[in-house]
Order: sequence, then structure tokens, then C-alpha cells
Amino acid sequence: MLCDHCNDRPAAIHLTQIEGNDVTTAHLCEQCAAEKGIQAGTTVTKLPLAGFVASVGQGAAAALPPDADAGSCEFCGATLQDFRDTGRLGCAHCYATFEPHLRELLRRIHGAPHHTGKLYLPATSASPEDPEQHIELLREQLRRAVDAENFEAAAELRDRIKALE
Amino acid sequence: MTLDLSLLPDGGMSWLDASGPNSDIVLSTRVRIARNFQAKAFTVRAKPEDLFEVRERVLGATKESAAFENSAVFNVDEMGRIERQLLHERHLISRELAGLDRQTQVRPGATLLTNGELGLMVNEEDHLRMQSLQSGFDLLKAYRLLERFDTELGGRVPFAFHPEFGYLTACPTNAGTGLRASVLIHLPGLVLTKEIGKVLQGLSQVGLTFRGLYGEGSEVVGNFFQLSNQTTLGKSEEDLLDHLGSMVRQVVEYEAQAREVLQTEAPAVIADKVWRAYGLLRYARSLSFEETMNLLSGVRLGAGLNLIHNVSVYTLNKLLVFSQPAHLADQEGRVLSDPELPVSRASYVRRVLEGDAAHHASNDSAGQ
Repeated sequence: MLCDHCNDRPAAIHLTQIEGNDVTTAHLCEQCAAEKGIQAGTTVTKLPLAGFVASVGQGAAAALPPDADAGSCEFCGATLQDFRDTGRLGCAHCYATFEPHLRELLRRIHGAPHHTGKLYLPATSASPEDPEQHIELLREQLRRAVDAENFEAAAELRDRIKALE
Repeated sequence: MTLDLSLLPDGGMSWLDASGPNSDIVLSTRVRIARNFQAKAFTVRAKPEDLFEVRERVLGATKESAAFENSAVFNVDEMGRIERQLLHERHLISRELAGLDRQTQVRPGATLLTNGELGLMVNEEDHLRMQSLQSGFDLLKAYRLLERFDTELGGRVPFAFHPEFGYLTACPTNAGTGLRASVLIHLPGLVLTKEIGKVLQGLSQVGLTFRGLYGEGSEVVGNFFQLSNQTTLGKSEEDLLDHLGSMVRQVVEYEAQAREVLQTEAPAVIADKVWRAYGLLRYARSLSFEETMNLLSGVRLGAGLNLIHNVSVYTLNKLLVFSQPAHLADQEGRVLSDPELPVSRASYVRRVLEGDAAHHASNDSAGQ
């Protein structure tokens, strides 16, 4: 993970700050942190860094051009500006609406944008309106499971796909 | 009790019994996962009727679950402030679900379902926050319970999942696994030997983070730290737990070493420190929250070093929770503020410690 501030050195200090409903996270290298007067250790939580951290957080919350107009989410109506203001997305569909922006943001927050953990296998949607689409979804999950060397999940997915076909 | 938590072991806090691994140093292990409904706006943007529907569907789905056969449901949105704070002090619900912040109110549909080791917060920042609390240091047990329930529930209600980003959450910092594992650990040895700064810095370098007793935004008091994973995406649940687990194991080891150093190099100083803490708790007439936490830390260290036998770790765990404002108000039957509150706290602590000391004394004489 790279430092949010200089984007050059590896981040060594991770700060999460809550103000009202806003959660901002800053990942800084030691040098940038020192320049901002932050020390790792027990005192971190007590420093009045609201302004600084908020600005870093917003930089991350929109790892996107400030004038980026990605429109609004068709499902819930949220815009990127809403996300910048609150730090929270409006609904699951926002992830698809703002996908390119979020991919970059997730990479910055987590160091990697790809989920390699537990796969969701909705038992009840095995016979939805569109079986084709469902198989397609399972294939996509299978591909990722194999990429992630999650062979247990891959085997289960393979069985499900076979059963549907 | 205002709340009917009495049917659950230890009022919904089975971790209090200090039965888990390393429970002299690690108080409890908590694992939570965040999930959201696919076709509902996240809670911050949802209309009240949507939030009520989420509650109904989740409670409906859990009715068939064996895990929640013996459980209690609390409609947090219909509870008074003291009751909500009480649940929060028990670590059963978050500050956000309890609506304790001045700017915010309780969200409509805010609900807790708990069976004592598995809890389900409905309409928190995410539609669902499931958590498992275990005594001592036991990440795998906590996760296994949770994982099984997550799979079961996911088969009954449709979760928001993205093939690339994983489980979707209101805040992108939780996306992917939605998993946050944390270990509540007591580190007086490292604080007294002044090694704590290095240890915490080391943890931040490997992607872990620390917080106070009550999680995000709370200050460290009484040498109690919550260590948890910082990121949730890009690693599997097992890898996240492994990583946190191996680091916590090291911290436990460092703490044990630091305690050994203290005991060999300054035994008289340490003995004096822990007995003074015990003496103050046992006889003081007014105790602030912070002072109580610090003194409990000293006594807990004494119990861990086998210096103090008059009090059990179970009692110390209980005091940690029950000496807090909402619990004291609950015992007194009315809301207390300064200067009554610290007086009531001191009186409660005194009573509990006297009881425990008498109990241990009679056990000792019976054994002789």
C-alpha cells in the first residue's frame, strides 16, 4: 500500500477518524506522517487531526477528478458528490454505477481491489427468471475462485453449473 | 434488570467467564461480518419502511435457524436511552446502532438479536452486522460459528455481492470480506516497561490497527487495547484471521515476557502497585470511570501474576462492564450524574470485591 500523501513510499501509519457519520482513513508513510506531526504510538488517537485527515480522506474518497460527472445511481439516486460528503455509498448498485472510480479507491484503501474470500452462493436464486444469466454469474465466480486458488469453492461452483446445465 | 437479558448466560456476555485460551491477557475475541440486501438502499439512504422490511425479513429468516433457538430480540429503536446505552456497554451493540451520538438518532428498524455468543445487529451502518464474541483468544471458534450462520442466512435472504469487489458495504473500507476481527487485550506489562509504542507501531506496519475498549473512536483506558485487521479486501477470511492471529500471539508473548521482567526486576514495586490498586477499589468512596479502569488494570495484573487471590478474573471482567454509567443507573433505578455517579460506582465496586474476598476466604478455610 502506498502513502496517500506522497504516493511514493509505502504507507506505514494507518489512521481512521470518525466525525459524525463520516469515516475517513489515511495511510501515510513515516516521513509524510512526521511532516504532519503524527507519531505512531499511543498518542495517535488523541491528536487533533480532523482537518488534515478529512482532506486526505476526501482525496481518497474521490480518487477521481473533482469534476468527474459519473451521473447518479439509477437505483438509489446517489451521486459521487453524496459519497464525497458522507463517505458512504447509497446502495449495492452504486458499486456498478461508479465502478471505475471505486476500483481505484478500493485499491488505495485495501492495497488490492479483488475479493479472494468467501463466495456468495445464493441458494434460493438457483432458479431465477434468467437461468442463463445465473450460470454466467456462477462461471464468473468460478473463474475468480480458480484465480484465488480457492479450490473448495471452485468445486462447489462447478457442481452447481453442471446441475443447471 | 430493566432488560430481559437474564435468560441468557451472563446477561448476553458469555465471554465474561474467562474460560477461553489466554484469558489472563486476552479478554475477548470478536469477529464481525457486514452484509447488505441486494435490492434495498443502504441504511443511511433507506426510507423507514425499507428499514422495517429489512428487519422483518431478517427476523423471519432467523426464526428457522437453530443457532437462534434460545435468543432475545430487542427493538433498539423503541428503547430508551439508558437501555440502549446498557446494551452498548455490554458490547452487544455498536454506538451507531444505539444512536448515542448527539448528532444522530436511533435509526428506525434498529434491532439486536442475540443468543449470548452470536449477535445480529440489524440496520446498523450496513443492513446486517453479525458478530461472534468469545472468551479469551479464539479467532477460529468465533469465525466458525459466524461463517456457518452467514451461509445459512445468505441462503434465505439475497446479499449484495459483486464478483470482483466481494460483499458490498456502505463504506468501502469494509467491502470484500466485510470481516473485522478484533481481540480485546490487556497490556499493562508492555505499558509499564514502555515497550508499548514499539509494539503498536510494529502492528500498524503490518496492516493492523488498535483502538480503545469500545472500538472505533474510543480512547485507550486501563491498558485495554483492541487489535484488529485494517483491510477487508484482497485477502481471504482465513488469511485475515491467520495474520491477525499470528501477530496477536506475538503480542501475548511480549506481554508475558514484559510481566516476567517486571516481576524479576522490580517485584516489590509491582506488588505494591497491584495491592494499592486493590486497596483503592476495595475502600474508595468515589471512583471516576477512568480511575476505575486503571485500577482494575492493576488488579488484573496482580491476578495474572498470582499476587492477588482475593478476586477472580470473572469478577474483574464483570466490574469492567457493570461499573459503567448505564449499568449503575440500572442498578439504582434512576439516572445518575456527578457527584452521585462516582459515589455509586465506588459503592458498587466495594460491594462486589467484599463479596468475592469473603467467598475466597471461606474457600481457603474450607480447603485447610
